[in-house]
Amino acid sequence: MPIRTGAQIIWECLVREGVDVVFGYPGGAILPTYDAMLDYPIHHVLVRHEQGAAHMADGYARASGKVGVAIATSGPGATNMTTGIATAMLDSSPIVCITGQVGTSVIGSDAFQEVDVTGVTLPITKHNYLVTHVEDLAQAIREAFHIARSDRPGPVLVDVPKDVQNAKCEFVYPDDEIPYPRRRVPAQVPAADLERAAEWIDQAERPVILVGHGVQISGAMDQVLEFAEKTQIPVALTLLGIGTFPAQHRLCLGMMGMHGEAYANRAVQGADLLVAFGMRFDDRVTGNLKTYAKHAKKIHVEIDPSEISKNVHVDLPILGDLKAVLEQLTPRVAAGRRDAWREQISEWRMESEARNILRREDIDELLAAHVIHDLWEATEGNALIVSDVGQHQMWEAQYYLHEKPRSLITSGGLGTMGFALPAAIGAKFAQPDADVWVVAGDGGFQMTQAELATLKQEGLKLNIAIINNGYLGMVRQWQEFFYGRRYAATPILSPDFVKLADAYDIPAMRVTRREDVIPAIQAAREKPGPVVIDFRVVQEDSVYPMVPAGADLHAMIRRPVPTQ
Amino acid sequence: MKHTLVALVEDKPGVLNRVASLFRRRAFNIESLTVGRTHEPAVSRMTILVDTEQTAPALVEANLSKLINVIDVKDVTHLPTVMRDLALVKVRADASALAELNQLANIFRANIVDVSPDSVIIEVTGDEAKIDGLLDVLRSRGIIEMVRTGQVAMARGAVNGHDVPAANSWATPRGNGNGHLAESVGSV
Repeated sequence: MPIRTGAQIIWECLVREGVDVVFGYPGGAILPTYDAMLDYPIHHVLVRHEQGAAHMADGYARASGKVGVAIATSGPGATNMTTGIATAMLDSSPIVCITGQVGTSVIGSDAFQEVDVTGVTLPITKHNYLVTHVEDLAQAIREAFHIARSDRPGPVLVDVPKDVQNAKCEFVYPDDEIPYPRRRVPAQVPAADLERAAEWIDQAERPVILVGHGVQISGAMDQVLEFAEKTQIPVALTLLGIGTFPAQHRLCLGMMGMHGEAYANRAVQGADLLVAFGMRFDDRVTGNLKTYAKHAKKIHVEIDPSEISKNVHVDLPILGDLKAVLEQLTPRVAAGRRDAWREQISEWRMESEARNILRREDIDELLAAHVIHDLWEATEGNALIVSDVGQHQMWEAQYYLHEKPRSLITSGGLGTMGFALPAAIGAKFAQPDADVWVVAGDGGFQMTQAELATLKQEGLKLNIAIINNGYLGMVRQWQEFFYGRRYAATPILSPDFVKLADAYDIPAMRVTRREDVIPAIQAAREKPGPVVIDFRVVQEDSVYPMVPAGADLHAMIRRPVPTQ
Repeated sequence: MKHTLVALVEDKPGVLNRVASLFRRRAFNIESLTVGRTHEPAVSRMTILVDTEQTAPALVEANLSKLINVIDVKDVTHLPTVMRDLALVKVRADASALAELNQLANIFRANIVDVSPDSVIIEVTGDEAKIDGLLDVLRSRGIIEMVRTGQVAMARGAVNGHDVPAANSWATPRGNGNGHLAESVGSV
């Protein structure tokens, strides 16, 4: 058996896990690993801030379905990654973070760049390891990859002291079965539960299917489509469920929740049965829990037992992998029509259509929703959009019609501003042929704009649309609605993004009129390298509909009907 | 009401920290938590009392079962179970009170384990109600200090408490009913 250093073992393991790209930043405590890296066929992307490394690994994971890998040094390197790790945790994204740690002999002595990283990341990882013996390293990394991608995926961190990276031992990649998770969900759902679910579904007159991120993780898009078409039950999406059900399918109600379509929320509130697939009844989806879908029985198909009846009481939980469950459930349900219910929803939909901002005529100023719509049109709906967090994120979710899974990547659960640019870089490595677009606000973009240098250094082609309204727009909107327009700390000065891009040797354009939107997008797509477009949009526009935080889901603030 | 959960966990550094962190993070209300060794060298056992007024025991069980180092977890509330708590109580007592205290201890099957000129230490083992009963009686005599271990629990009969099918349907995926702990550790 070959003798390897800990540093070499790390790379030997990554190679065996099929890793071909890692995102990281070197430093003292991880130096042995970086030295060994040069001898292995894995591409390293040098980030400009370790938060970016974690987001890139996350974006890579979401775009590929594989595990993303981020590397950082001890102390500040590791703590900088925590926002990215928490982002991956809340959105069930499989990443493995490898961090250097001070030598085992000085752990606990407040040594230079020492932080208790496994302690810090304990509540934001699915699991983590501090490896104090080189003999345990290969097993820890193998387990880390397995845990990251199994069941409900999530981030796993492996903290490796510098002396463990230097120590040597015989290297064997363990191939025995990993015993985690101990409590596996059963492949076979109890037949009685399936029968009961089928009975409820067949009897329901006003059912709604709720789909979330779990559909994509399980790879159950075809099964959900088949189930919906057979039963003719309309489908409402969570933010991370977007793309798992075709947006233009006639059963698709679009996004539900705080900024969901009014007709989707009305359907949920009026339903007599909710059939939830791989979603977790987040507060952004439910609004006031006391009045949420009061007349509906709830069936919840979910792989994570701790999500059952966490927020919303579930009448019939079905634990399992969604794809496997649907393969057993769909044959048991009757084909349905539900004409009256779908007609009712169509009526609500027509009423919403009258308020659609796309019906508004162009004004002198540019509307963000129009930019998103035109981006959809110019990219033929085929782009991989990575959105940041805020108003533009909601407009993207409303107006870019996603037909395919993994075509929208966004920070849903944690709502991490600054996510989009680094996550898009990771996504581009996963899908090199995709037409990748960053859609970010002027606030969030500034949080991680340093990664423009990473983009340039890597020679990647992706385009960046900055929806620039001079405000931290979503917070401003809350201040407008709920704080008497007292705009505390929301007006934000930005650099000249065109000049900023120029400093990175990235071409850029500024767009202020509707007629220039599509030509600018087309020009950007034709350029071989990255392009930044600074869209100057209406400053005080708001995202509608809006359910105020904690309000009833049907108590939506609606967009005024255009008066022109 | 209180629910009693029994968790088998890997005997590794930081496992108690993970469990405690989970309870804090999820704002679970825990009455008591005891940890101790088992007959298996690599396995520790936790007995956790959950106050169900504020915390759903099924959620505690589900979240615990997700921790990588948790081998198995079981709600034994509705099983025939032996529950034991141990208390050491130091009370004021001079020589004249000793005989009466000894009698009192006998009634509760408690033992006087230390006598000093002006105090004694009484050791009592039993379920929570019994210990509470003794404490009520002793309180008027002046308790100087008291310590309780928190409850430990074990299901009666030849099962190990981790083989019995759960009542709630989500919790069905677990051991396959074999009677030996080491086997069930490997197979669940």
